Amino acid sequence: MSPLPALVLLPLLGGAVAWLADRSSTTGTSSARKISWRITLMVLTLETVLLLITTFGQHSYQGPWLDHFSIPWIPIMGISFQLDMDGLSLSLLWLTLILSFPCVLLATRKIDTNAGAFHFLFLAALTGITGTFLATDLFLFFFLWELMLVPMFVLISAWGHEDRHRAAIRFFLFTQGSGLLMLLSILGLVITHYRQTDVLTFDYFTLAHTHLSSFLSMVLMLGFFIAFAVKLPVVPVHVWLPAAHTQAPTAASVLLAGLMLKTGGYGMIRFNLMLFPETALRFAPVAMGLGVAGILYGAWLSCAQNDVKRLIAYSSISHMGFVMLGIFTGSNTGLQGAIVQMLAHGLSTGALFLIAGSIQDRLHTRDMAQIGGLWASWPRLSSAGLFFAVASLGMPGFGNFTGEFLVLLATWHVNSIVAALTTAGLVLAAIYSLRMVNRIFLAPTRTPPLHATDFSIGQMSVLGVLMVLLVLLGVHPQPVMTLSLPSSLSTAAPSSGGDYGQ
Amino acid sequence: MSYLLPLLVFLPLASALFLFTTAGKISAQTVGFVAASAIGLSALCSIVLAGAFLTSAPSTPLQITLWEWMHTQEFSADIAFALDPISLLMILVVTIVGFLIHLYAIRYMEEEPGIARFFGCMTLFVSAMLVLVLSSDLLCLFIGWEGVGICSYLLIGFWYENPRNTAAARKAFYMTRIGDAAMLCGLLILATSTGSLQTHTVLTALGAGTIAPQTLTAAALFLLVGGLAKSAQIPFQTWLPDAMAGPTPTSALIHAATMVTAGIYLIARLHLLFAAVPLVMMLTAIIGALTILMAACTALVQTDLKRILAWSTISQLGYMFLALGTGIWQAAVFHLMTHAFFKALLFLTAGAIIARLHHEQDIFRMGGLYRSMPGLTAAFLAGAAALAGLPLVTSGFYSKEMILSSIWSAHFPLAPLFLPLAHILWGMALAGAFLTALYISRCVFIVFFGPSRTAASGSTPRLMAIPLACLSFLSLFGGVIEMPDTLAPIHLFTRFLSSPFPHAEEPVWLVLTGGSVPIAGIVIAWILWGRATPVMQEIPGQSTIIRMAKEGWGADALYDFLFVQPFRFLVWLTRHDILDYLILGIGRMTRAISTFFETARTRSLTLFSGKTILFLHEGDALLARFQNGRVRWYAAWIVAGLCAALVSGVVS
Amino acid sequence: MPPTTFNAVLLLSSFLFTIGLTGVLIRRNLLFMLMALDIMLNAAALLFVAAGAHWHDATGQVMFLMILALAAAETAVGLAIILALHARGRPSLDADTGNLLRG
Repeated sequence: MSPLPALVLLPLLGGAVAWLADRSSTTGTSSARKISWRITLMVLTLETVLLLITTFGQHSYQGPWLDHFSIPWIPIMGISFQLDMDGLSLSLLWLTLILSFPCVLLATRKIDTNAGAFHFLFLAALTGITGTFLATDLFLFFFLWELMLVPMFVLISAWGHEDRHRAAIRFFLFTQGSGLLMLLSILGLVITHYRQTDVLTFDYFTLAHTHLSSFLSMVLMLGFFIAFAVKLPVVPVHVWLPAAHTQAPTAASVLLAGLMLKTGGYGMIRFNLMLFPETALRFAPVAMGLGVAGILYGAWLSCAQNDVKRLIAYSSISHMGFVMLGIFTGSNTGLQGAIVQMLAHGLSTGALFLIAGSIQDRLHTRDMAQIGGLWASWPRLSSAGLFFAVASLGMPGFGNFTGEFLVLLATWHVNSIVAALTTAGLVLAAIYSLRMVNRIFLAPTRTPPLHATDFSIGQMSVLGVLMVLLVLLGVHPQPVMTLSLPSSLSTAAPSSGGDYGQ
Repeated sequence: MSYLLPLLVFLPLASALFLFTTAGKISAQTVGFVAASAIGLSALCSIVLAGAFLTSAPSTPLQITLWEWMHTQEFSADIAFALDPISLLMILVVTIVGFLIHLYAIRYMEEEPGIARFFGCMTLFVSAMLVLVLSSDLLCLFIGWEGVGICSYLLIGFWYENPRNTAAARKAFYMTRIGDAAMLCGLLILATSTGSLQTHTVLTALGAGTIAPQTLTAAALFLLVGGLAKSAQIPFQTWLPDAMAGPTPTSALIHAATMVTAGIYLIARLHLLFAAVPLVMMLTAIIGALTILMAACTALVQTDLKRILAWSTISQLGYMFLALGTGIWQAAVFHLMTHAFFKALLFLTAGAIIARLHHEQDIFRMGGLYRSMPGLTAAFLAGAAALAGLPLVTSGFYSKEMILSSIWSAHFPLAPLFLPLAHILWGMALAGAFLTALYISRCVFIVFFGPSRTAASGSTPRLMAIPLACLSFLSLFGGVIEMPDTLAPIHLFTRFLSSPFPHAEEPVWLVLTGGSVPIAGIVIAWILWGRATPVMQEIPGQSTIIRMAKEGWGADALYDFLFVQPFRFLVWLTRHDILDYLILGIGRMTRAISTFFETARTRSLTLFSGKTILFLHEGDALLARFQNGRVRWYAAWIVAGLCAALVSGVVS
Repeated sequence: MPPTTFNAVLLLSSFLFTIGLTGVLIRRNLLFMLMALDIMLNAAALLFVAAGAHWHDATGQVMFLMILALAAAETAVGLAIILALHARGRPSLDADTGNLLRG
C-alpha cells in the first residue's frame, strides 16, 4: 500500500480533529487552548514519519518514478485519484514539512483567537500544497490547486494585519482568475485528446502524448503558464504578492513565501516544460525576459521599501525570477539551479518571514525606521536575521548562491548579455539585504522593548536546523541536485532519451 | 599530509562557530584565548605544511578533494584544496600575521561588550581567507572571496551604534560586491568555455588554446575588475579609507595585510591567463601606477593617522598591481608578503598609540611621543622605514627594489613604439617611492618629534607588545630572502615560487636610484617637518589642491553625484510599485467606465420608459374616449363595424 | 291581392330594421330605445317568415316564433331594469346618464 494518499489526506483529517478538539474544549484554561496546537504538531510528526517511510522504505512500485497510487474517482469522466512521486516532488515535500515545523513551533502558538480554526485552515492549505506536488491527474491537480487557495484566503482575511481584506481579496482574485485559465487549458487538452482517441481521461501521462498543432499547444501552454506565473510570481502579475505577504499572519506568510510560490515553479517544470517541451522552448525567450525583469524589478523595489515584510516580499520576487530564468534555459543545469534556488529560497525567506513576524509580534510595527537596532537587546533574533539576510543576498556557501550560480551558468550558455545583466541583481540584493540589516539589526538602539524577550534556545535551535540545511544546500548540494531532477514522462520504460530525464 | 589543509580551514571556523554560539556566556579573556589559540594552531599547521612542502620533492602540489560541490552535464565544481608555493606563502602570511594580530587584539578589545562578535568575525574571516587562498577551484575560491567581504562588512560596522560606521561598512561591501559581480561574470565566461573552474583545468585549456581570444580578454577584464574592487584600486579606491571606521586590529588584518591583497593573489594565481591578454596586462600596470601616485599624494595631506595608513595601503597595492601588469607576479607576491608585515605593524602600533592618547587620531594633536612611549616609537619607526623602503636594512626595500628594477626592462607589446611605456611607469613608481618616503616621514616627524600636545596615559600591555616586536623583526628582516643581483645573488623567494625566474640584467644605477630615492624623501621630509622650526606650517585646508587631495581627489563626491544620489532618487521615485499602480489604475479605470455605462444605461432607460409611459397614456386616453359607457355609442360602433365588414366583404 | 314578391319583403324588412336602428341610435329615452329594438327584431322576424315562405321551409316560421318569444322576454327584462333603476332612486330614462362603465 502506497503511503501517498495518506500523505495528502492526513493533514486535512488532522486539521478537522484539531478543530473539533478545540471547539469541544472551550474551558478557557491556557493548556486547553493549546490542544489544537498540540494536535497539529502530532499531525506533522506523523506526516514526517510517513515521508520517512516513503523516502527510505522499500518500494513495491517499479518504474522510473518513485511511487505511484491510483484509484478511480469519477470514472465516467475519466477522473481518478492519482498520485505519483518523483525526486522533484519528494524534495519539495521535504521542504514543505521542514518549513511547516518552524511555522507551528514559532508562529502559530501565538494565535489566541479561534486557534482551532486557524490550525485547521493551516493544515488544509498544507494538504493542498502536498497534493499539488503529487497529483498527476489534471483534474485532481486543479482541485488541490484551488483547495490550497481557499484556506489561505481565509487565513489572510481573518488573522491578518490592518489592511487584510483588500490584500486577501487581491490575492484571491489573481490566483483564482489565473486558476480558471488553467482549468480552460486542462479542458482544452482533455477534449483535444478525446477527439483524437475517443478516450476521456485526465491522466497526466496519457495526455502528454496528445498531438497538438503548434498554435493550439502554445495557447494551452499559455493557460498553464499564466496560472503558474501568477503564483511564482512573474513581474507584471506579482501585484498580489507584496500585499498578501505583508498582511498575512506570520505562519501564513511563511506558507505563502516558502511553499506556495514553489507550487508555481513546480507547475512550470511539470506542466509547462514536460507537457509542452517544444512549445516551452519556443516560448523560452519571452519567459527568460520576464525572469530577468522579475529579478531586477523585485530587487530594485526591495531597495525602496521601509516595511520589513514588504522588503522581504519584493526580494522573493527577485529570487523567484531566478527560478523562472533557470526553468526556461532549457538545460539540466538551469533546471537543477532553479530547483535548488526554490529549496534555498523556501528556507531563507521562510526564516526571514518568521523573524519579521516575531519582530512584529513583539513591537507591533513593521516600519524599519521605528524598529531601530535590535542587536543590543535581542542578540539571538538579530543574529538569526543577519544570517538569513546574508544568505538571501547570495553569499557563496549558502543554498541561494548555488541556485543562482547554476541558473546564471545555464543562462550564460544561452545569452551572455542577459546573464551579465542579471548579475546586477546580485549587487541590488546586497543593497537591500544590508540596508535591512543596518536598519533593524545592527543599528543604533531606538526604543527599548519592554515586555518582549529574545528568542529562546529552543526557538533558536529550530532556526538553527534551517541554517544548517541552508549551508548544506550551499556547500554540498549534489545529493539534492541528483535526487530532485524530475523523472521522465514515460511510465512504461526507464527513461532513455527524455530531454529532462535523468 | 593533505588532511592538514581542511584542518587549517576548520580550526578557525570551529572557533568562530563556538564563539557565536556561546556569545555572552563566557568571559572576554576566554573568548580571546579561544580565538587566538585556534589561529595559533592554524599557524602551526601551516608551518608544519611549509616544512613538509619544502623538504618534499618539488612540483608535487598537495591536493585534496573534499567532496563534489555541483556536477551537472556541462559543468562541475568541487570543494577542493590544493597547496602550491603561492598558496603556501599566503597561508603562512595569513595565519602568522593573523595570529599575531589576534594576540594583540586580546588586550586591545577586552573592554568591548561585543568581543565575542569581534573574535567570531575575525576567526571567520581567517577561515574564509584560508579558503580563498587554498582552493584549487575558482568557484570554491569565490566562497572565500565573498566570505572575507562579509566579514569585513561586519567588522567595519562593528561599532554599529554610530550610523557612519555602518554606512562605511555598507559602502565597502557594495563597492566590492560590484567587483564580485564582475568577477562572477568572468568566472561564468571561463566556466562556459571550459566546463570547469578547476585552476589547472582552466590553465590547461588555456595552454591548449581552446578558449577564443575575445572570450579570454573578456574573462580577464572581468576578473581584473573583481580584483581592482577587492584591492581598492583606482575606480574603487574610495571604500578603503572609510573602512578605517572598524577596530584597529581589523584594519591591520583585513584592510592592510590580507583581504585587500586578494585581488593580487587572484591575478598572480591566474598569471598565465592574464599574460595571454596583453591589453589587460597593460591596463593593470597603468591603473597600478596611477593608483600609486594618486594614493601617495592623498596620504601626504591627510591628518588622520589611520587614514594616512589606509591611503598608503592603496598606494602599496598599486605597486603590486603595477608588478602584476608588467608580468613579474613574483615581485608582486613578494611585496605582498613584506607589505603584510610592515603594514600590520604600522596599524597595530598606530592602534596602540591611539588607545594611549584617548582615541585621538589627528596627527597634529600628537607630537613628541618618543619621550612617553619609546617602545612604540621604535616599532613604528621600523614599520615606517620598511614602508619607505630604507635601503638594505628593511624588507620593504628589497621587495620594492625588485619591482622597480624589473619595470625598467619590461615590455608592453600593445604600447605605441614612440612611447616608452615601461620607462614612464618606472618613473611613476619611482616618484611614488619618493612620495611614500615623504609622507611616512612627515607622519613620523609630526607624531613622534616636536613639542608634545596630548598627554599619554597608561602603558602598552605586554600581550600587545610581543606581536609588535615580532612584526618589527619581520618588517626589518623579512626581505633578505630575495636580493638584487647587485648586492648578493640570493633568490630564495623566486626560486621557491617558480623554478626559472628570468632575472633581467639589472644595471647598478637602477639599484642605486631605487635606494637613494627613499633617503631623499626622508631628508626632504626632515627639512619640511622635522626641524625645530618647520618650514611648512601646515594649516588644514590651506589651498584648494590640498583640500581636494584630502578628500581623495573628489572621487567620493563624484560617485555620490553620479551614482549614489541618482540611485537614491530613482529608488525614492519608484518606491511604490508602478505595476501595482498600473493594475490598480486599470481597476479604477474599469470601474469608472462601468459606472459611466451604468449611468448611460440608466438614463437611456429612464428616457425610454418615460416616453413609453407618455405614449401609453395618450393611447389610454384615446381608448378611454371610446369606452364612454354610453350604450348608444356602443351600438353605433357595432353598426359601424358591421358596415365596414360588409363593405369590405362586398368590395373584395 | 297580388302576391308580394320576396324582394319587396326584403326591402320592407331592411327598411324596418333601419328605422329601428336609427331609433336605437338617436333616441335617448330608454323606452323608445326598447321599442326601436323591438322594431329591429320584428324586421328580422319578418325576413325569416318571408324566407321560409320563399323556400318552402318551416324553419323560418320556427325562427319567427322563437324571435317572438325572445322579443317578449327582452322587453320584459328591459322594462324590469328600468323599473329597478327607478326603484333605486334614479328617475331618469335618459340612456346617456347611465354611463358608469365609462373607461
